[in-house]
Amino acid sequence: MTNEKKSHDSEAAHGSFHRRVFERKSAVFAVATTIAILIGGIVEIVPMYTAGAGPETADWVTPYTPLEVAGRDIYIREGCYLCHSQWVRPMRAEVLRYGEWSRAPEYQYDRPFLLGSRRLGPDLHRVGQKYPDAWHYEHMRDPRATSPGSVMPPYPWLLEATIDAQDIQASVRALQKSGVPYTAADVDGVAGSLTSQGQQIVTSLAGAGIQTEADREIVALIAYLQRLGREGKAYLSSPNGGGE
Amino acid sequence: MSQVEPTAAQTPAYDDDIVKMFFGATVLWGVVGMLLGVVIALQIAWWPANLGLPWTTFGRLRPLHTNAVIFAFAGNIVFTGIYYSMQRLLKTRMYSDILSKLHFWGWQAIIVAAAITLPLGLTQSKEYAELIWPIDVAITLVWVIFGINFFGTIAVRKVKHLYVAIWFYMSFVITIAVLHIVNSLAIPATLVRSYPIFAGLTDGLVQWWYGHNAVGFFLTTPFLGLMYYFLPRAAERPVYSYRLSIIHFWGLVFLYIWAGPHHLLYSALPDWAQTLGMVFSIMLLAPSWGGMLNGLLTLRGAWDRLRTDPILKFMVVAVSFYGMSTFEGPMMSIRAVNGLAHFTNWVIGHVHSGALGWNGMMAFGTMYWLVPRLWKRAELAYPKMATQHFWLATIGIVLYTLSMWAAGLMEGLQWRALNETGQLQNPIFLDIVFRLQPYYWMRLLGGALYLTGMVMFALNIVKTIKGTGRAASSAAPTPAPAV
Repeated sequence: MTNEKKSHDSEAAHGSFHRRVFERKSAVFAVATTIAILIGGIVEIVPMYTAGAGPETADWVTPYTPLEVAGRDIYIREGCYLCHSQWVRPMRAEVLRYGEWSRAPEYQYDRPFLLGSRRLGPDLHRVGQKYPDAWHYEHMRDPRATSPGSVMPPYPWLLEATIDAQDIQASVRALQKSGVPYTAADVDGVAGSLTSQGQQIVTSLAGAGIQTEADREIVALIAYLQRLGREGKAYLSSPNGGGE
Repeated sequence: MSQVEPTAAQTPAYDDDIVKMFFGATVLWGVVGMLLGVVIALQIAWWPANLGLPWTTFGRLRPLHTNAVIFAFAGNIVFTGIYYSMQRLLKTRMYSDILSKLHFWGWQAIIVAAAITLPLGLTQSKEYAELIWPIDVAITLVWVIFGINFFGTIAVRKVKHLYVAIWFYMSFVITIAVLHIVNSLAIPATLVRSYPIFAGLTDGLVQWWYGHNAVGFFLTTPFLGLMYYFLPRAAERPVYSYRLSIIHFWGLVFLYIWAGPHHLLYSALPDWAQTLGMVFSIMLLAPSWGGMLNGLLTLRGAWDRLRTDPILKFMVVAVSFYGMSTFEGPMMSIRAVNGLAHFTNWVIGHVHSGALGWNGMMAFGTMYWLVPRLWKRAELAYPKMATQHFWLATIGIVLYTLSMWAAGLMEGLQWRALNETGQLQNPIFLDIVFRLQPYYWMRLLGGALYLTGMVMFALNIVKTIKGTGRAASSAAPTPAPAV
């Protein structure tokens, strides 16, 4: 009886404390709410920048080339990430379907991250070198030409639209500022790098009977897609990465 | 709430014009946002609906749909409810009419900017935070304007005591500011392009800390605020439990913020962060159901009115869907379940049971309750149409969620199925895509029914406001009932 009364009293006191302090002093309420919502975020995000607790990084991953940066920006513009993930999960079926599961360092230069949240189409994290350049060209022109019955819309404008070297240089410079280790020579050499890497893809496409120019958007997108997952695959199959 | 009802002479002059403006914007953007949803659902079922134009492909319209329904439709109904209820709960006019108007027009301008930039492919790619950096800056400014007006109104209040709805509004104003600013931190490259200061998986963690709490603090806490104000008024019953409201408020605001990493389960994000996200997501069930129970039990003694009152029908189904989604969410956050559900249509079904069921139905209930009071009409132009709207919307949600559950489970299981030799049962990805087609058509039908209800609602509202409906012209205005 005494206990019951006691607990009832303390509950009433607690209720009245909330009523007396929090519900009458709006500043106290606002500060308490702010503290309550900050704790979880701080505990989860801050350790990402402390040694050992954040995502692993490695030197077997290199930053994107200027042409790949341009291709990645096109990938973002067209919303490819809304139907295609870049995230092979460590499960048997996924490894069989797509290849090696995705490792943390493979994302270290991804700004923004493009892991995706939905697979209306297949994962793309190991798509690099899976198909020839010409396959991607045809697939973007008309997805049903390479994948009969595909539900992907065609992107024929990528075959005509051109990239702008100055625009891409601005991107590379901003990425450098955000922390990607591009050298001053990398930033200055954007135009030359675009042409030389683009020309390789143009040549490879010409071998399949496709005529195009090095400054077409499709060339940049192919450069980006063909690079996805390659460094990870090479490392993981090397002796250092646990391969044979 | 034990407030003394002021006499007529004491009643402050509330600013209801701003409430009407946000109300109108809600109706307009609701039609637009849901129409976009039906369009992209058609694009998934039938790819030629992408129209072969850069501006109309799924990849560009999908962010426009999510932005329109979250920030335009849900955002405007939240502002409608806040501006209406705050003035009455605090017995004062909003702090500044100018700030109210700047907030309204600023927010609508941001929506228009989104409608222009997203189809052009100008995007930051972070889900529900796609808008380019100059618009992010504008959002911050408008939010500061809203925040000053909000806290200014609290500062000049005539009622000392802050009712529970205000707590939930406050958590919305504060948390959205924090989430938006941190997740938008980026280095501009050009006027329309920028790169985040976070990289890779850390960027993913920050994004889903934002993304999940956009659900928590844009689509949950302010809607609970609406529930705490409008449900007791519509039911004419006091809130069931004051103590429960305290416990579930603090539980919800503290636990929600941790749940983001459940979007990255089975990724290479450090395991400790994934586990924290999963554990807190499961704990979230408790405060979520606290809110649901407090809402449903507020109706004790008024359940018979469910048969006749469409407003209560909408609200009860809304709270029930809130309970269902907040049960489903924690379940989907369990690693093993997430391994099956992630990347599938199941997730799409889950968010729509929350968005169409909880947010949409709560918005409709609130607006049906508000319209006669704001525009001083005796009743709706077409009272029966409100009930028809209710049934169309409910059947629409059921078709939507059932088809997406079935499709999600099917594709999740078929992606992972192995045969007796340990190889993939369905090595061709497209084979599974073909099998999903009937479900996509069923989903489209569900969405179209929901949109039809939305259009009927808009028509009913416009006719009621114009007073050209059957019953409105002769009747005298009803005074709003006391709280």
